[in-house]
Formats: sequence, structure tokens, C-alpha cells
Amino acid sequence: MRTDSETLNVEFTVNGEARRVSIPPRRTLADVLREDLGLTGTHLGCEHGVCGACTVIVDGEPVRACLMFGVQAAGCEIETVEGLALPDGSLNDLQRSFSEHHGLQCGFCTPGMLMLGTAYVRRAVAADRESVREVVSSNLCRCTGYQGIVDAVCELVCHPDGTGAGEDPAGDS
Amino acid sequence: MKPAAFTYHRAESVEHAVSLLGELGEDAKVIAGGQSLVALMNMRLARPSALVDVSGVRGLHHMVLEPSGELRIGALVTHAAIEDYPLVIPGFEILPKAAALVGHWPIRTRGTFGGSIAHADPTSEWCLVAVLHGARMVIEGPGGSRTLGSEDFFGGPFMTDLGHDELLTEVVLTEPRERSAIREFARRAGDFAIVSAAVAYDIVNGRMSGARVALGGVASVAVRAPAAEAELEGAEATPEVFARASRAAAEDLQPPSDLHGSADYRRRLVRVLTERALADTLAGD
Amino acid sequence: MDDTATPAGGTRWTGNKWVGRPMSRLEDAALLTGRGRYTGDIDVPGTLEAVFVRSTVASGEILGIDTTAALDRPGVQAVVTATDLAATPGLTALLEREGFVTTTMPLLATDGVRYAGEPVAVVLASDRARAEDGAESVVVEIAEKPAVISIDQVREGGAGAVHEEAPDNILLDSTLFSDDLDSVLESSHLVVTKRVDTGRVVALPMEGRSAHAHWDGDRLTLHTSTQVPHMVRSAVAEQMGLMENQVRVVAPDVGGGFGQKCVVAREEVIVAVLARMLDRPVRWVEDRGENIVASFAGHEQVHEMTAGFTAEGVLTALSTDVWCDVGAYSAYPFTCAVEPLMAAGELPGPYRVPRYAARGVAVTTNKSPTAPYRGVSRPQITLAVERLLDEAAARLGIDRAEIRRRNLIRPEDFPYTGANLVTYDAGTYGESLEMCLAELGYDRWPERQERARAEGRLLGLGFVCFSERTGYGTPVFAGRGMAVTPGFDTAVVAMDPTGGVTVTTGVSAHGQGHATTFAQIVADRLGVEPSQVRVIEGDTDAVPFGWGTFGSRSIVIGGSAAHRAAGRLAEKLARLAAHRLEAAPADIVLENGSAHVRGTPARSVSLAAIAHDAHIAVQHLPEDEEPGLEARDSYDPPGTFSNATHGAIVEIDPGTGGVSIERYVVVEDCGVVINPLIVDGQVHGGVAQGIACALYEGLDFDEEGQCRTATLMDYLMPTAMEIPDFELHHLETPSEHSSTGAKGMGEGGTIGAPACVVSAVADAVAHLGIPVDRIPVTPQYLALAIGAATDNPDPGEQT
Repeated sequence: MRTDSETLNVEFTVNGEARRVSIPPRRTLADVLREDLGLTGTHLGCEHGVCGACTVIVDGEPVRACLMFGVQAAGCEIETVEGLALPDGSLNDLQRSFSEHHGLQCGFCTPGMLMLGTAYVRRAVAADRESVREVVSSNLCRCTGYQGIVDAVCELVCHPDGTGAGEDPAGDS
Repeated sequence: MKPAAFTYHRAESVEHAVSLLGELGEDAKVIAGGQSLVALMNMRLARPSALVDVSGVRGLHHMVLEPSGELRIGALVTHAAIEDYPLVIPGFEILPKAAALVGHWPIRTRGTFGGSIAHADPTSEWCLVAVLHGARMVIEGPGGSRTLGSEDFFGGPFMTDLGHDELLTEVVLTEPRERSAIREFARRAGDFAIVSAAVAYDIVNGRMSGARVALGGVASVAVRAPAAEAELEGAEATPEVFARASRAAAEDLQPPSDLHGSADYRRRLVRVLTERALADTLAGD
Repeated sequence: MDDTATPAGGTRWTGNKWVGRPMSRLEDAALLTGRGRYTGDIDVPGTLEAVFVRSTVASGEILGIDTTAALDRPGVQAVVTATDLAATPGLTALLEREGFVTTTMPLLATDGVRYAGEPVAVVLASDRARAEDGAESVVVEIAEKPAVISIDQVREGGAGAVHEEAPDNILLDSTLFSDDLDSVLESSHLVVTKRVDTGRVVALPMEGRSAHAHWDGDRLTLHTSTQVPHMVRSAVAEQMGLMENQVRVVAPDVGGGFGQKCVVAREEVIVAVLARMLDRPVRWVEDRGENIVASFAGHEQVHEMTAGFTAEGVLTALSTDVWCDVGAYSAYPFTCAVEPLMAAGELPGPYRVPRYAARGVAVTTNKSPTAPYRGVSRPQITLAVERLLDEAAARLGIDRAEIRRRNLIRPEDFPYTGANLVTYDAGTYGESLEMCLAELGYDRWPERQERARAEGRLLGLGFVCFSERTGYGTPVFAGRGMAVTPGFDTAVVAMDPTGGVTVTTGVSAHGQGHATTFAQIVADRLGVEPSQVRVIEGDTDAVPFGWGTFGSRSIVIGGSAAHRAAGRLAEKLARLAAHRLEAAPADIVLENGSAHVRGTPARSVSLAAIAHDAHIAVQHLPEDEEPGLEARDSYDPPGTFSNATHGAIVEIDPGTGGVSIERYVVVEDCGVVINPLIVDGQVHGGVAQGIACALYEGLDFDEEGQCRTATLMDYLMPTAMEIPDFELHHLETPSEHSSTGAKGMGEGGTIGAPACVVSAVADAVAHLGIPVDRIPVTPQYLALAIGAATDNPDPGEQT
């Protein structure tokens, strides 16, 4: 029977910082972030790809960090919730919007929701409330009934009348 | 919920992948996007001894429309790439619609077209599209390449004709059609469909021609519905004809009963979804 | 402790600067930046990961456990079975009540297994993956027995016994109210009998259960994802034979609970036991499969009701038998009686029921045990009574709203004591109904529904009224006969030498935002900013003894305790300020971080200066004042009733049977709203959970007792696409049973939503004669019933 006697060296960047880890192949990216790098902001809610609590951004795209092995992240640029705040430590627009709209209660799904929302806001698509709901439906939340989360994301991508914004709301895409 | 141990091998090319698979033996598995495989591995329902990662292999990310009208899709094209493809692909307009139905966005960013076909989930959108469009699967193995039609490729739920040392590299969709549509029903957004239906036909002299109806969730693999196709073929595209064809689609089915739906319910969904998909084909008229 | 709303020695509090404001939460910044700290994040060097080996069969006798192969797996440090835990007595939940059978939940299965998923052994390894390698190598030999899987099976008799102590599988059979209703029913114009079935669901907090224990030689520190740190401390101390001061239980950030974490889990106790036994830190992080299959479930009930009505639709009598499938064990400390006693005790809800008879039964089966899941029986009794009223209205030809108007508790009735001997404080039962109907456009509904039906569309409107008893105090639990009566709670409010305020309290938030709401309450009392108030909960070394957070108790009980303690502290601050300002204490106003003389703002002193003297320069204090600024108070209310009307408009796709919710309106009255943002959030989440119970979620078991919905792919927790936008409206009847006037409201959303959605679904298919008396209502049920009723081979086009 196989064991973890063999580990592989993997290099990637996390929130802009070069990292190198020595990991067994079976360690998922989520566990690498949490256990090897101490970045416990990324949460594990189901480990079978349904709940999305572990969502991080890899090379610009939102992915489930429980459905990707750390070894597959070699050379990738990874972004996690720990990298979202502004350089002075204050909350960015999406984080602030989550707080203002009460888009979080227990906070466990929040990092995944934020990373999903971050990737979405960057697409700068003209969004309406329904398409925001569809994106938010990627991840599960048990506390909020989703309303505060949808409100929070809409704040950044929807017109006040609920239709598409039509322009780049994030300014960083 | 952590996977059993395995060894990891990054393939540099198709040939390298095939040779790795040959060396590593029957318990090795190919990983591309991993969106189904890793979930199964985490639950230890799949426990390959080795993974051959083909995600870095070049030359499998193409979508090429041949002069013949056939469409070649590289195995590593992601669902998201198909969903967001900036051009209309004549004859295969169903593709972005089907892509949008695959799981959720963070799944579509990594999951691949070829991976989905090779995984052979009976309710997979891509297996349904493959059957609808008479797909040819291009397979590379130690003895070179071979091609299989979908009827020979899919063997049953999660079973294909792929040998342990073979790699699916490309899927060729044939039978382009002017009009096509896909409908499915799932309890929640992004879930695997309980039943899915896809339809396609051309209009020749005001009548339907080359009609195809494919169904998912009603058998161990996605299937065609010949009785429904017969009703459509040569008829005018009217609601009455669509209703008849949809009834025909449901009539001869013996779908499975399980937690997600009884046979009776699945038959009803086939009728309803086929009719709605057919109605969708008139949406542009 | 008294029950008055007036803080000791003070006047009724009126100055609300912060209370009532929708202020963003003080706890958000950490959670939004990845600085939340949940139990699974705790990393102590040398920690062993625990993985439970769980029974793969629902019922059977353990013949042997072979751990040899597991111990050979790399990284595995130990494998523990029940034999190793012989010194622990197991968890026994006690109820002093006739008809209750006491059972014990051993920490690990000993003689036999009683549900698929029951822990049989624990494997400890250097990391979780290796512990799982070990767990799959443990060989458990079990002689399987037929499983007991349903209430009906138990009622039919002949099933094997889950517990020897209860050969008939009845752990409680209690007639709470006996009344001979025959003559009343005979003379009633209409008698309706009805059975309502509700599905088994699981709370599914996004963070599963989790525990990390560390033994330092004579003291245990246990971090655990719990709602009830002190209850866990008591249980752990008892199981380990320790004094409670040798045990520190900490609930760090907790990722939701919904009741699943308000009982003591055997796993968290085992982790503590093993930390001492192995002298290594031990961590267990439940995975989602365990959380669905092996943790605590709830809500599976059968209600059999008979009700009499006059020709005008006025209730004359109601009798009910409530059968609850409590699963394999009685959870500590609430016992398995919590559901049947709550259901039978409170079924009349917001309606005047002149004669009432009720029996509650707890049936044990080979399924995972139950805990008080959000709403605790009230979602089920609301569904049952509302289905009853809808049927009576239809049969009597009375409008659905009208029959409710005729039976609701009226404003002149308060305080109203029902036939169930419960006293309701004032609420807005009729007003909330009328407001909800107006919002829904109920008067125009029949035309809209008719038009839709003519187009082949199935639209339904539903609405339900309910009361939500909150802030259960000691007398309620004592009245049930519970050996543990978690009624009161305590708060300590202290000001430090810089004027910073710290509140410690025995309630324990897991998403409810106490750090903000308690700060708002205390800030108003002390005249400081909420940002200067730090709220500490969940650490038994730091907070006063208390009962944690469940049963919509925190704002009523903990909030009142904090309010009262802050009031005491405010009085002392006023005295000290009066001394410095040479004024009377009664003339001192605390505002904006200062104390000033009423009418003369210039005569002021900063609270920081007072606080400095009170600690650092006590020679400046009046002679009769003690040093320090700290006040403590407790609160133990009789309970206070929130109320609400929920209304919904739904559309059923006649082809697929899928239900979509077009509108969802809530008119609720939870007394004084401390923070509207947080209150709305509780309603949103609660309603979503109730919609889940109505349409999506249900644990499904096969005949062998195997759970067939063991993943989130099969157990259908709804997403943002299934849950609609909510429209909320508030009425405000201040409670006389809390110091702030607030009533609890954490469960109301979940209580009303299943009945509301079902009422709307039933309305949509009422003309087809399709009964909807069982949840979850599945698309399959609706589609096939609609097909059979309409005999329509071509269901209409839907988009």
C-alpha cells in the first residue's frame, strides 16, 4: 500500500508572494494553503466540490481548492481571502459591501463567497440581480438566506434599478 | 475526507502520457480538470495508485471547424472556454447553452470537455451532446490512434471503451444542424440533471430534416430517441408535431428508478423537456 | 434575579442612541480578511488528528474489532476502542417525567451499534489523511440485525428493540393534556381529522463539528465548535472525573450551529479524553459526510390531529398525537423528549383553542440521534395547525384569512393563557396577518389565480400565522422535568482604566452578531461608542457560568443581563461623576464618553478620567465606594412571544413539478429591534432553512437504515437560485419580559416558512384535489399528481 513517503517540491505564488512547499501528491490545494502555509482563511465545508467554502482564485479564475491537488498548482498564481484587503489593511470595496449588507453571519462560507465575488466583479460584466444570484449559487451559505450576499455583490456590479451596470465597476480588470 | 495516497506524474505530451499510463499499470488514472475525479478520490470512492496529469499537455485546447462542417474539440478545452467562446459556431450553437448547464462557474473553469466525456456520467451534458452530434472520439494509445463512435465509446455509467493506457485527445462533433436546443431538469441550480433532452434538425424546404433527439438520465448512457426523430423527420416544425414527437420519445423508455426520480417521473420529464427543447428551436423565428 | 423589566434601582431605560441602528457588525472585519479562527484552524505542535471508524450497518452486535492492520499503517499512532474508554460512564440525559425511559449514549459503541455512522473506534495519526488510512484498515465484525427505521414500523409493533430498556422502542409517551373531547367534537359543526408528516433534516452548519483538546498535566483546554461551552465543560469534567475548574472550554469562531451544536457530542468528549490518555494534543474535524450521516438530525414527526369547528369556523376543540422519530439516542442534556414535549406543549400556537388534548411520543429508531434543530417542533406544529385551518376553511366555505381572524388571540386577550397553560405576552397577531395580506394583494388574488389557471399556469398563495416563544427561562425547563435547566444567564460589564468596556457573558454566538448587539445595548447604557465595547463569549475561563446560545434566548436573557449589569455600572459611574462634579447622581447624564450635569453640559468629566481614578487613584473616590468598575447581573425570564405572519406566492411548473417562489413576505414582531440589519439577517436565513425543509431537504434511508443522502449532491441544501428575495416588515411590541423590550427571533423564519410554502403549493393545486400534507414536497410528487389529476398529456410550456 502506498504511503506519503514521497513528497514533491512545488512552487507557486500566493497573494503575490513566491512560496515553495514540499507536499505529498494527495494533499489538496485547500489543505496546502491551510496546513502547509497557515492560511486558514480558506475553509473546507464539504471536500466534494459542492459548497464552495474553499473557493480561491487560480490564475484569475475561481476554483474549488478541494478539487485541485497542490501539485497541480505548480507555477500558478493563487489568490486567497488573506490577500483581499487594501495595502493599509482596510477592507476593499467588496469586503466593505459584505459588511454593509450583512452578507455574512457565522463567516465560514465568507472567504469562498468573497473569492467567487472577486473573480466575478473583475469580469466587469453588466450584471443584473438574477445573474448575480446564479453566480452566488455556486457556493452554499446556511446563515444568510443569500440575500445579504446577493445585495453585497450587486452593489458592485448592478445598477441601482437592478439592471446591468454596463461598465467596469471594479476598475482593476 | 482525504484521498488515498497516489503517485503523481506530469505528462509533457500525449505520447508521454500514453507511455506513463502504460508504465503505471491499470490502477493509474488520467487527471485533467479533476472536477469529478478529485471529489470521488476525496471520498475514497476512486483510489487510483497514480495520477497522470495531462493538464499541461499542449495541443489539446483547440476548437476547429473543419470545411466538412465537423467540429474538432480538444480534450482539454474547459467548459468555461466553450461557454465564453466569442464566436458562433455554425451548426453547433448548442455548445455554449450546454456548457452553461455544467455545474457551477468554479467547476466550469477547470473541468474539461474531454474529461467529462471520459468520465461518462449518464447525465453529463457533454455525453448528451456527443450522442446528439454523433461524436467520434479520437483516442491515442501505445499502438497509435483510433477513433470510436459514441455508441461504441460509452459502455455504461462511468464506463467507456478507453483502455487503461489510452488517452482521449479529441472529440469530433459531426452532423451540424441549423437548429438545436437543450433542456434539463435538476432540483437545484448546477446539479446533475435528473433528465436532459437535446434536439437538433435542419430545415429543408420548410420541413425538418436530419432530426436528432438525445436523452440523458433515462438509461445507463445518453441515448437517441429514434421514434421521436421519426416523428420529426420530414414534418413541419409545429407545436403539434413537437408534442407527438415528445410523446414518442417517452413511450418506449424503461428509465431507472432511484432516489432522484422514479421511472414514471423520468418518462414525464422526457416528454416535457423534449417538447420544450423543440419549442426552443422556434424561439428565433 | 427578578423578572421585572426595570434595571435594579434605576428608571426604565429610554435613551437609545445605538439600539435600533442597522450598524455594520464589529465582528465582520476579522471574518472578511481570513482572520477568523475556527476550531479547525487551531494548530498546536504535535497535534494528532482523530478519525472515527463508524459503523457501516444500522443495527447489530459487535463481534470484534481488529486494529492490527490499522496500527501498521504509516503515521498511525493509536487506535482506541470502547474497551479503552471503560472508565467513562457515557452521556446520560435525564428527565424526571413519567413515561420517560432513560438511555445512555456510550462514547464509543460497546455492545452494539444503533445507527450507520455510529462511532466504533478512533484512529489517531500525524495527519488526517493517514488517520483515514488507518480508519479504513480497522476491521469491525458486526452481526447485523434488522433495522428499525420508521415511526410507522414502531407503531405497527414487532420491530426489534433499539434499546433493551425500551422493548417497544418508545422512549417517551407523555399525555401532556388530557381532556375528554368526545362530547365537544360531537356537537361541533365540523370535525377535521388530519395527518401531517415532516421529513428528517439536518442542520448543516457550514462548519461541521470540530474539537481540539490539549492536556497540560493537570488541566484540559478544549476548543470546540459548540453553542454551549459550559454544558460541554460539565459533561467533559464528569466523563473525565475532573473538577470543572480543571477544564477550560473555548468556543472560538463557530461556523453556525442551528441547534446541532447545542448538545454535547460524544466526539468532542472523546477528543478531550484522548488528549489526556495519550498526553498529546488531539484534533477532530468532522467531514461533511459525517455531519450529514452521523451527527444530530431533527424534525421527523407524524402529527395526527382531530379538531372541531363551529359553522363559523371557530375552533371548539383540538386533540393531537405527536410522534417524533428521535433516532438512536437521547442527546445530552436536552433529552430526546425535547421535540415531543415542545410539540404537544405548544401546538395551539397563536390560536385560541378552548379545549385541548395532547400526547407526545418519542420513538427510537436505528438512525442518527436528534438534537433541537432550529425551530424545535414549532415548524412542524405550525405546519400541522395551518394545514388543519386551510382544510376547515375549504370545507366550511370560509375564506382562509377569515378563519384565522376568528381564531387568533385578540389584542384584548393579553396576557392570554391558553388551554395548554402557556401565557402569551402581548403581540400583533391580527395586525401582522392583515399587513401581510395587504402586502400580498390578497383581495385581488382570486382573479390573478384564475387568469393564470386559464393560461395553464399553477399559481398559489399561502400565508400562515405563528407565535415564537423565546427566552425560555428556568421554570419552563423545570416544568418539563429536565434535570438540567438552562434558563438564566449572566453578564459582567467592566470598564477598564482607559474607559474601555468589556462585556463577558454566558451566551455564545455562532453568527448572531452578539459582539455588535450587546455592544449597542451597553453603549447606550454607558454613553460610549459601541466600538469601545468588547464582548467576550465562549471561553469558560473568561466568562461567567451560562448556558450558551440556543432557543432564541441570547438577546432576551443575555441581552437583559448585559443591560442590567450595564445599568448597575452606569449608576456607579453616575455616583462617581456626581462626586467630582458636586451634583446629585440623579442629575448626571452619561453621553459621548463623558458624564455631565443635566442641563449644564459644560460641567462634565470624561468617563476615562473617572475610570482612571476608580482603578489607579482610588483615593479620589467617595469613601463608601469600592474600587473598580464592574457590575454583574443575571436574568431569568418566564419567556416572551414573538409573532409573525409569513406569506408567499409560488408557481408550480406543471410539467416538472418544480416550485418557484415568486414572492416571500414576512411581517414579524420581535419587540424592540436592537439591530435591524442583524434581525433581518436572522429572518432571511431562517426562512431559507424553512424553505429547504418544505421543498428540498430530507434525509432518506433505505430499509437497511442506510442513509441515501450522504453527500451535498444528494442532500439538497438550496442555493441562491432556489431562495427568493425576501420582503420584510416589522411591527414592534416591546416585551415586558426583557430589559431592552426585545424578544428573541432566531428561529421564527424557520418556524413559519415550511407551513407557508406548503400552504401556497397546496393553494396552487387545490382545484385539482391534490393533498399536500407531507414535507418535503417533491417535484416528482407534484408532477405525477398533477399529471394524474389533469390527465394532461401535454403540460404547458414553461420557461
